[in-house]
Amino acid sequence: MTQALNQTLLARATAKLGPKASLAVLGLVLIALLAMPLLHLLPADNALHVSAYGLTLVGKILCYAIVALALDLVWGYAGMLSLGHGLFFALGGYAMGMYLMRQSAGDGLPAFMSFLAWSELPWYWYGTSNFLWAMCLVVLAPGLLALVFGFFAFRSRIKGVYFSIMTQALTFAGMLLFFRNETGFGGNNGFTNFRTILGFDITAPGTRAFLFFCTVLLLVGSLALGFALARSKFGRVLTALRDAENRLMFCGYDPRGYKLFIWVLSAVLCGLAGALYVPQVGIINPSEMSPTNSIEAAIWVALGGRGTLIGPLLGAGLVNGMKSWFTVAFPEYWLFALGALFIVITLFLPKGVIGLLRKEKDQ
Amino acid sequence: MPTALYRILLSLALLLPLTAHAGEAADFVAASPAKQAKLLESWAAQPDPARQALLDALQQGRVGVGAGKTAFLKVDGSWQAAEGQVVADGTPKTLRLNNRLRGLLANAQAAQQLLSAEPAQRLAAAQELQKKAKPSQLSLLNAQVAAEQDKAVRAALALALANLQLVDPDPAVRLSAVRLLGESGDPLARTRLEGLLAEGVESDAAVRTAAETSLAQVKRRLLVGELLGQAFSGLSLGSILLLAALGLAITFGLLGVINMAHGEMLMLGAYTTYMVQIAFQNFAPGYLALYPLAALPVAFFVTAAIGMALERTVIRHLYGRPLETLLATWGISLILIQAVRVIFGAQNVEVANPGWLSGGVQVLPNLVLPYSRMVIIGFALFVVALTWLLLNKTRLGLNVRAVTQNRNMAACCGVPTGRVDMLAFGLGSGIAGLGGVALSQIGNVGPDLGQSYIIDSFLVVVLGGVGQLAGSVLAAFGLGIANKLLEPQIGAVLGKILILALIILFIQKRPQGLFALKGRVID
Repeated sequence: MTQALNQTLLARATAKLGPKASLAVLGLVLIALLAMPLLHLLPADNALHVSAYGLTLVGKILCYAIVALALDLVWGYAGMLSLGHGLFFALGGYAMGMYLMRQSAGDGLPAFMSFLAWSELPWYWYGTSNFLWAMCLVVLAPGLLALVFGFFAFRSRIKGVYFSIMTQALTFAGMLLFFRNETGFGGNNGFTNFRTILGFDITAPGTRAFLFFCTVLLLVGSLALGFALARSKFGRVLTALRDAENRLMFCGYDPRGYKLFIWVLSAVLCGLAGALYVPQVGIINPSEMSPTNSIEAAIWVALGGRGTLIGPLLGAGLVNGMKSWFTVAFPEYWLFALGALFIVITLFLPKGVIGLLRKEKDQ
Repeated sequence: MPTALYRILLSLALLLPLTAHAGEAADFVAASPAKQAKLLESWAAQPDPARQALLDALQQGRVGVGAGKTAFLKVDGSWQAAEGQVVADGTPKTLRLNNRLRGLLANAQAAQQLLSAEPAQRLAAAQELQKKAKPSQLSLLNAQVAAEQDKAVRAALALALANLQLVDPDPAVRLSAVRLLGESGDPLARTRLEGLLAEGVESDAAVRTAAETSLAQVKRRLLVGELLGQAFSGLSLGSILLLAALGLAITFGLLGVINMAHGEMLMLGAYTTYMVQIAFQNFAPGYLALYPLAALPVAFFVTAAIGMALERTVIRHLYGRPLETLLATWGISLILIQAVRVIFGAQNVEVANPGWLSGGVQVLPNLVLPYSRMVIIGFALFVVALTWLLLNKTRLGLNVRAVTQNRNMAACCGVPTGRVDMLAFGLGSGIAGLGGVALSQIGNVGPDLGQSYIIDSFLVVVLGGVGQLAGSVLAAFGLGIANKLLEPQIGAVLGKILILALIILFIQKRPQGLFALKGRVID
């Protein structure tokens, strides 16, 4: 209730002040985000000190915001609702996790492999102790999977709910695969107990601050990329694709290349977000791939406002903020609230919070 | 002196029948455990109907030892002397058997049952002896095989005998035993033959060769049983997928929306069954066995009502926006799951099979078909037939098909599309409710029940195409059987992934599913 009230108040405020004010608000938020890691470096007894918990929480939400942005690129702009973005996020996270596990294991095998009595690394772990190769994997694993899946899906013109269901089945299959111990990614426990990254202690304030800083940078970078894409001809073709694919085809465009490009780009962005998420949160396990997580990402985008670039970020922040609060205050009722959110947004807020703000402004 | 000697002899002679009369029960309770084992073994080799009461009492722990090592049996809660007229002084101490003695006792009981007049009991005893027979029972088995009239029992006995003869010192006997084992299709015969073929067990070359041939024969028979078993569990899974996906296919064909809360309709159907079961336990315990039948209409109407309510309140407002409907129904499913969790608890609830649904038919030694699964396959086909009749022979069905083909044209012709939507949604949810009743009889009933079936039933809809019953039926059974056939070869998970890949490839060829509606509609 207060949430809605706050939103309307915020809407009134920005409506009065105009677009310049929204830019100013954006700038302030950015400055605050950039200041957070620096404040974390302050001594703990300082009044302005940001705790490790707070920094991790915000860092986590920022990673989710990147996922939301990536999802918005395919859903909001190209009209393909993916319910499997959690898979790409987790793949990026696992690629990073492989490197971190190798770091903490030193010359030996990661702990879970010794536990399974394996004597050598599986072939796909080859070279993961090299940071650069691990970074390549962060991009390649989700990118290649998206490329192959997208190639076949778009070739046969799977779209709409069919596409959503296939992506959901994909992430479900991925989850089942990673749950197996034999797959070589630590089974249900996944990866945890990381120690160092590039030789730095992973829990040290400096490392945390740097990772947070990278996350903000990636977010700003993806936002800029999104703006550039949305304004380009490419973005316009995508929007046309969303609104009337057949008419676009009659105009002589082949939609497959456009779809595939944005789809792979979105998957890679998710992978990068996952790679930044894992060292900050300190754990990655197959439940990140569960269809529930991916579908939750869709509600971030829907709440913020599809087809806008700021909306998904706002939505990710709002939903995850609410989740953090609810799961502490009323753990029983979080699912009720989330379910109600799904219904209310689709019924009454088809354009999300951003749409609400704009409507206020138009009046 | 002679008279005194005579008297002593006489009294001894008088005592003799007494000790003989003290008999087996007293011998047993007086003996040391090692001696008891010997006694049981000798009893197993020579069963005697007169011993039945004692063996039963031993098995049920009703044998007591009184003062002076006399044996007592507890009958209806009071101790009675096993033999003779000894009166219990004090309470006899219950005789306890160790595990080895228990095993021997079971063996003796089986031997005892070989003498039973009932062929079924004799068969069970013979099967027991296939696993447990001791060399000392060789002559007993020989005699029984010769005397047995019933064909099935004789075959089972012959197998038990062959198991024993595998260790016979005479190669000719071993050879015939090995050949006999080759006739069987029992997993046990395979283990025995493999044991015989292990390094350094069998020295005779002829027996070895025969054993190899026999093993190949047994393996072939076992393979048939396994394949049939997999095909059956595939049919069973397929029938469940069919019940789950049928309603989904109808609503998707009609409204173009995917109902993510459809799995929760299964779950609600299963919980309705649970409630009906409780109601029967409390109000009509005499008819408890019939509760699944009573649950069918209740579950149908409960889930249909919930489905119609959802259509009226939420889904109706989202027509033309299929992706948003997907999200909204996902929200509904979250709320339903959490509501059930709050009301019934997060634990599984217990839904018990009634007697007529438990058990199964043993078709082959390694293939048992459970009644519950057979009933569910039949039930799924019955529901399909009913749905077909409803869609093809009634006014409502005509309207549903008309709206599915062309909504605007149907509306122009006076079909009340709103009402049709609502009723069709109710029908789809109701069918899922029926599926829930079926599921409650073979699996766990918990709040997450629907989640485990929803993705598979979506795949059925994708594969089968919309608005076509035949497509759904074929896709459901095809997916079910493919899943179960792949499972033992490459594991359940890889099987699922492979099937997903196959579906994606299949859609390359036929984007509209197995059976597409023909039309020229384009946006």
